[in-house]
Amino acid sequence: MNLNLFYHFGNFILWQGQIYKKPENNNMYYKETIRQMYDIGIGSLPIVFLISIFIGAVTAVQFYYQMAGTLIPAYYIGYIVRDMTIIELAPTITCLVLAGKVGSNMAAELGGMRQKEHIDAMEIMGVNTSAYLILPKLIAAILMIPILVCAAALIGIAGAYLASVPVGLFTSAEFIKGVRSFFVPYNVYMMMVKAVTFGYILTSVSCYQGYFVKGGSIELGEASTRAVVYSNILILLADYVIAIVLTA
Amino acid sequence: MIRAEKIFKEFGDQQVLKGIDFTFEAGKTNLVIGKSGSGKTVLLKILVGLFKPTAGHVWYDDIDLVNADKDALRKLRMQVGMLFQGNALFDSMTIEENIRFPLDMFTHKTLKEKTDQVNYCLDRVSLTGVNKKFPSEISGGMQKRVGIARAIVLNPKYLFCDEPNSGLDPQTSITIDELIQDITRDNNITTIINTHDMNSVMEIGENICLLDKGLLAWKGNKDEVLMDKNETLHDFIFASPFLQKLIESSK
Repeated sequence: MNLNLFYHFGNFILWQGQIYKKPENNNMYYKETIRQMYDIGIGSLPIVFLISIFIGAVTAVQFYYQMAGTLIPAYYIGYIVRDMTIIELAPTITCLVLAGKVGSNMAAELGGMRQKEHIDAMEIMGVNTSAYLILPKLIAAILMIPILVCAAALIGIAGAYLASVPVGLFTSAEFIKGVRSFFVPYNVYMMMVKAVTFGYILTSVSCYQGYFVKGGSIELGEASTRAVVYSNILILLADYVIAIVLTA
Repeated sequence: MIRAEKIFKEFGDQQVLKGIDFTFEAGKTNLVIGKSGSGKTVLLKILVGLFKPTAGHVWYDDIDLVNADKDALRKLRMQVGMLFQGNALFDSMTIEENIRFPLDMFTHKTLKEKTDQVNYCLDRVSLTGVNKKFPSEISGGMQKRVGIARAIVLNPKYLFCDEPNSGLDPQTSITIDELIQDITRDNNITTIINTHDMNSVMEIGENICLLDKGLLAWKGNKDEVLMDKNETLHDFIFASPFLQKLIESSK
């Protein structure tokens, strides 16, 4: 079990060296990157919207419940929701969800290509398949996931507003005052570091699982599941490490 | 010309190839035949460079594939075309995009030049008017021809075909065999076909290598197949009860 872990870690590191090679044809890589950006960005927008709006809404309602009757001013809820969303909820929850949606999709796509001999066909043509099939996905994820995370943060705050102000938990002015209070730009930097790191983790781990799949449809399903589980574990681990490093 | 020199291949404890020596000649259809599990596919994958042999060399004219550096390997790959058993056509691309893929990746031709080349290849395999269709919209035989068209689009010097007739009816199989032979002769390419189809052996077997349990059991051509007394060859050729009855009745 442990040897297997070392084998995959070593193989993963060596494989990274294959990915960052000079493209055979820049135009083909560019087209593939654009296609992946569309798939990851536009394709994930509905689920990110849905998750974020409810996370924001629940956060606001829960904090109101916790703080009602205390001496803490009501506008603090806007401030807490904003910072919680920016620092933790938007990057982490969004990337955990994207690991399930985008990551499993990538693993299944690459695994399917491996099983149908598409990857072998490209290799025989002389294509560096590690680079052509993975690099555009990595670039697309690193560009699009931070944008999705920013959108998630905005939508989350909007969700908090919609869940609390119209039902009279506190006034619009109080919420907006809270959102605009004690703003620390460094928190946004922290969010972006998390978004880029998590995006890289979920893409590279999922692609690794799909690219090296062996066997039939059962193994492909298992690889897809491993892609999600390992991505999620590594995202949570990275979240902790980033929290320690960036707040030290 | 491709030469396999003392090829050994092991997977763990299992020895799949045990010192294969064979020369695949240019301008001829070279057949690798043998029962399932005899090592044909492993040999083909070693010859195209998808597997590394445990020991031995693969010579493409004067270049050793096994020890070639990456630049040499990349140049060599551009001279190789391969037809896969399952065709390996990219599902999300049209037939035209499938055939154009190597041109898009490795040449700087204009779109018109590339389209002309695609149409020439489609015409060469007797397929026209299917450019905009997807692989799932055409028959198995047509998919094989598209696979051949994609394999020859970069004018390869070496063509590999893995079970080109699997899943095809006898009539279509003959058409595919003849097409491969014509392309081989017209372009003087070294073609290696992995098959256990006896019709192919008797139709286009110009240089045959029979594998048995990882060993080279026999070599020759289609004219020698029926005359030779090699026991392994005899068992392979006359495995079908139909042929056995036919021989007995002719005696």
